[in-house]
Amino acid sequence: MENSLTLACIPLFPLVGALLTYGVGKSSKDLAGWVATGASLLSFIFTLLTFQQLRALVGAHSYEVAAAGAHGAHHGGEAQVYRALEAPLFEWFRIGDFGVDFLFRFDSLTAVMCLVVTGIGTLIHLYSIGYMAEDESRPRFFSYLNLFLFSMLLLVLGGNLLVLFVGWEGVGLCSYLLIGFWHKNIAFAGAGRKAFVVNRIGDAAFLIALFLLIQHFGTLDFVALKAAFENTLASEALLTAIALCFFIGATGKSAQIPLFVWLPDAMAGPTPVSALIHAATMVTAGVYLTARMHFLFDLTPYALLIVVCIAVLTAIVAASIALVQNDIKKVLAYSTVSQLGFMFVAAGCGAYWVAVFHLVTHAFFKACLFLGSGSVIHACHHEQDMREMGGLLKVMPWTGLTYGISTLAIAGIFPLSGYFSKHHIVEALSHSGETNPYLGTYEAAFTAVITAAAIMTAFYVTRSFAMTFLGSYRGHAHPHESPVTMVIPLVVLALLALGGGVLNGMVPFQLWLGHTIPVGHVHSSESIGAALLHSWPGFVGVAFGLLFYTVLPQVPKALATTLPWMLGALRGKLYIDELYGAVIVRPLEGMARMLWKGVDQRVVDGCVNGTAAIVDVSGEVVRNTATGQLRHYALLMFAGTVFLIAFYFAM
Amino acid sequence: MNYDYSAYYVLLSLVLFTIGTVGFIVRKNAIVAFMCLELMLNAANIAFVALSRRVGNLDGEIAVFFVMAVAAAEAAVGLAIVIALFRNLETTESSDAMELRL
Amino acid sequence: MDEQLLFGTFPLLTTLIFLPLLGAVTLLFLPGERSSEQGEGEGALGLPVVVALFFSALTFLVSLVLVSRFDPENTSYQFQEQISWIPSLGVSYILGVDGISILLVLLTTFLMPIIFLASKSVREGRRGYLFHMLALETAMLGTLLSLDLFLFYVFWELMLAPMYFIIGIWGGKRRIYATLKFVLYTVVGSLLMLVALFSLVWSYAEQSGEVTFALNEIVGNVQLSVEEQLWLFAAFALAFGIKVPIFPFHTWLPDAHVEAPTGGSVVLAGVLLKMGLYGFIRIAYPLFPEGASFFGPYLAGLAVIGIVYGALVAWAQHDIKKLVAYSSVSHLGYCVLGFVAMNTLAATGSIYQMLNHGISTGALFLLVGVLYDRKHTREISAYGGLAGKVPLFAFLFLVFTLSSIALPLTNGFVGEFLILAGSYQQFPTLTLVAVSGVILGAVYMLTLYMKTMFGEFHEERNGDLTDVNSRELMTLAPLFVLVFVMGVYPAPFLGMIEPTVAQYVKDHHERTMTSQNRSNPRALPSGGIDFARSPETPEVESETAKASSGVPSVLVSTAQETLVQQVSS
Repeated sequence: MENSLTLACIPLFPLVGALLTYGVGKSSKDLAGWVATGASLLSFIFTLLTFQQLRALVGAHSYEVAAAGAHGAHHGGEAQVYRALEAPLFEWFRIGDFGVDFLFRFDSLTAVMCLVVTGIGTLIHLYSIGYMAEDESRPRFFSYLNLFLFSMLLLVLGGNLLVLFVGWEGVGLCSYLLIGFWHKNIAFAGAGRKAFVVNRIGDAAFLIALFLLIQHFGTLDFVALKAAFENTLASEALLTAIALCFFIGATGKSAQIPLFVWLPDAMAGPTPVSALIHAATMVTAGVYLTARMHFLFDLTPYALLIVVCIAVLTAIVAASIALVQNDIKKVLAYSTVSQLGFMFVAAGCGAYWVAVFHLVTHAFFKACLFLGSGSVIHACHHEQDMREMGGLLKVMPWTGLTYGISTLAIAGIFPLSGYFSKHHIVEALSHSGETNPYLGTYEAAFTAVITAAAIMTAFYVTRSFAMTFLGSYRGHAHPHESPVTMVIPLVVLALLALGGGVLNGMVPFQLWLGHTIPVGHVHSSESIGAALLHSWPGFVGVAFGLLFYTVLPQVPKALATTLPWMLGALRGKLYIDELYGAVIVRPLEGMARMLWKGVDQRVVDGCVNGTAAIVDVSGEVVRNTATGQLRHYALLMFAGTVFLIAFYFAM
Repeated sequence: MNYDYSAYYVLLSLVLFTIGTVGFIVRKNAIVAFMCLELMLNAANIAFVALSRRVGNLDGEIAVFFVMAVAAAEAAVGLAIVIALFRNLETTESSDAMELRL
Repeated sequence: MDEQLLFGTFPLLTTLIFLPLLGAVTLLFLPGERSSEQGEGEGALGLPVVVALFFSALTFLVSLVLVSRFDPENTSYQFQEQISWIPSLGVSYILGVDGISILLVLLTTFLMPIIFLASKSVREGRRGYLFHMLALETAMLGTLLSLDLFLFYVFWELMLAPMYFIIGIWGGKRRIYATLKFVLYTVVGSLLMLVALFSLVWSYAEQSGEVTFALNEIVGNVQLSVEEQLWLFAAFALAFGIKVPIFPFHTWLPDAHVEAPTGGSVVLAGVLLKMGLYGFIRIAYPLFPEGASFFGPYLAGLAVIGIVYGALVAWAQHDIKKLVAYSSVSHLGYCVLGFVAMNTLAATGSIYQMLNHGISTGALFLLVGVLYDRKHTREISAYGGLAGKVPLFAFLFLVFTLSSIALPLTNGFVGEFLILAGSYQQFPTLTLVAVSGVILGAVYMLTLYMKTMFGEFHEERNGDLTDVNSRELMTLAPLFVLVFVMGVYPAPFLGMIEPTVAQYVKDHHERTMTSQNRSNPRALPSGGIDFARSPETPEVESETAKASSGVPSVLVSTAQETLVQQVSS
């Protein structure tokens, strides 16, 4: 471990930027965007500097050894010594033996995440300058965006689970603020609230995992935990419980079944937000968490089985819903959910590096797709329905081209980036039985389903591309190409989506991550022919997509008329929102009202006021004896005397 | 000749007291009630005197003086109250004077 | 040396307690307020407010001196003062402060100037209002600092009277109902407490031959049978539980909060509610360890019910103030749960959370007051879309809302996390339920925020709404700063609390054990079933120490398991 000053600066810039942006925004709204972008860029530069330091620390020597081993059957993980840069800021709190430091740690995994976050973050900041140019409250927007970057950096830089959790909740907050950015529309604000609350459900599970760790291991620091887990005597049930709690947390943040419902609604936010938060960075936090806690998940094959089950299910369900959506952003939202499922499949198979790899490539092409959709929406005067688009390739060549590249990338066609990560996922799944007996049983089924999901993926993105950019224009606006601040990020991201696969070819991504997480066998590169063969699901999906939405538009229509119930169910998002509403939200609401009106006001207050009423009534009754009539008092007195005398004699 | 007649006096006292009590309870007129009260006091006085003679000391007679003094004071205050009552309510019926009961 | 001369014998605590009362008396001698009340501008505060502000600020300064001279590592009572008061009854005037009370004292003195700054909204009879507030401050500080049971009781009851008038005179429409409910509820508990108090003192007098109310002498020395302890604990618990308020005794709180003027709500939420739990900490638990260990789980259960119940009921509210009031029920549930769990982690968190709640809920009430002063309604539905109209207000509201739902880096998170992490070790199942409060908290607070700040703005209804003015900002700014200071860097605060709490927890566990030894020696584990309680085994001592510090390790427990196996075989 080595201390690093530049590391501490990385999250500082966006934080200062968030405050500064708001201040600057008061005088010049246009400047605010540039300040925020500058802060983000500085953060990116410092990440690069820190990255260089880390490379120096990891050392050219060990790097080359590992690279040499890449061609043999070398276990990447074993030869590596864990090295990281640290920036301990201060002790957050300490109670007895249990203390939590505010500590940043920068290792090879963090480096990757940081580069993605700040890199794509900067691009999206730049893009937002154009996209939000006409919005009245854009200083607020950029301030939130910087704040998000800060939180996200805390999340990935945190050296222990609690700092990670700070970022984890922080990104949730920023997501809430940004989804509800146009808060005059109560539905948007409601979507923000929904996102926050659903995330909170996951967070609660996350907290429970933390409590279990504190109770049984007494620390939340990753390095200490890793050491503690290496020869732990803790029962598997306990470990599985912890792992599953973390996974529930991850399902909240990374929109997996059953907590994925917030992500499609989150599209209420401005499109750059969807690109940055709800595609490239925040939603991948769950994947990052799983990779970060690999030492825990590796010990719990049963939990991994559940992870894979959920992930596969999410991938296929979300992909099928995406098939029929007409809102361009909704397609991409469900696509994100589905792709996150792919990442969790990899993580669940123990191939954490593949998950991270797909995270990175997905960040490239999905951010590009979202920004492209934003560009289209911007051009069509905030029209999001693809039925009102079409033929935009001619008027928006840059947007169309970049969108097309990303479409091919997400479809998983060689040699674009998506192919490499997706291929590794399928491969990891088909070999998962070797290390995890639970998974071995279902290996074939899972592989089949995930391949189907891959075909669907290729199909629905092609569909969205075709409906938006091909054919002839069906809307009523006057679309135009977006300004240069929007096009530059698109082009950069498209290039990354195009060449992202190189990460695993020329630069040994796998080995780099191997410094932090186990990477298993290093696969030797395959021939181009085999690669093209392996991208068959992509080709199939793209082919059918093009066929159905350009040449043979009658086929999907015919399908829709023959299977109306299926279309309805998919359009209605399988009625999961309605189900949750009926089963969870409304009963709880009813219960809340019942507790208030029934229990609180009737039972508890009833008892209280009842006691008061009893005193009142008994007073009223006794009061009747005081008639105000002298004669009655005299009679009572007489009767009392007689009684006393009688009593005296009776005794 | 030494025959003790005190029992008759006590009986008389009892009768007077009963008349006084019943009158006090039954009648509403404050002056009548007041008279009944006097009747009861005097009944007590008779009993005192009779029993004092029977016991053979003067304790009872002394008590009678006290009772008479109290009765006189009571008459002074009581009649003043009745007059005040009449001035305010134009009645001497005690049943009409129930201002203090809400 | 000089300091020693200056402060060595200086009755710092007495000064602290009676300075506000002096201020209250001073208020009475001020010239008539008619002239000062009429025709004053928005900027002027008026003489009475200035006087009250002066005295409360002075008190705050004195408490700062106290804090600066406080030694956190010393876990016994500091700055003790002792004067015989009613010798024939064994009543003394004993004051002292330790790590548990010091920050509560600071919170009290800190909130009072803020309340006076906010007292502008009290239009009529402001001098009386200020008088009662200052008297209340004296009573609260006295309660926190007295170490004599009789003195404690006097101050405890003394808190009631000013609050009764503050709600009853300066309250809203149903103020009479609310204030009567508040007083009757509290008095029921207090009377039981009084009876229990005398019973305790007489038992101790029989045992030691000396009548005394001094807490220090009775704690740890008094020997009561288990049955006696249970009864006495129950009596005290009822009195304190009503004040907290613990679940079924909470219905006075929403009414009192809703009807109270802004300052009254702030002081009620900020300080008065803490007195209940403080009573548990200072009196009920140390005196009756057996009662505590018997009732502890039940209290924890009620606390958890309170957390969930308060949150759910808050969700259903239409009245902003009532919503915040029910959220207090929920938050205080966390505090009780943390304390009852009785390990350093949770108990420290519990005391820290008391401070946090005072700050965030106090601020929320101030914010509601800001709205109420302008629009004279607390109905949620009367507002909407305010974020665009009053951005500063919306921003402050957001920050305090987040603090209330315990977002990390705000103060609420540290407390809530410590409480839940600690209580999980003691009551895992209950804590799992309590964690749902984390979710529900977000639900009701964000719903409130959404309905008031977001959505359509009613121009015709709220068009004349103005943003937070500079005076109001002055009241909120210190709280705003504290939200982040206490959230980001809690170490100085926790450093003051933790040593005392650690010692307290240790003492409590020792008392429980000795009391068990004495009352029922056969109850000691003999078959190796429950080692954690036995003081003889050395392994176990480390285990208890671990348990009390909150972090047992796997190694210890596995060592124990092997031991258990050996013994059982």
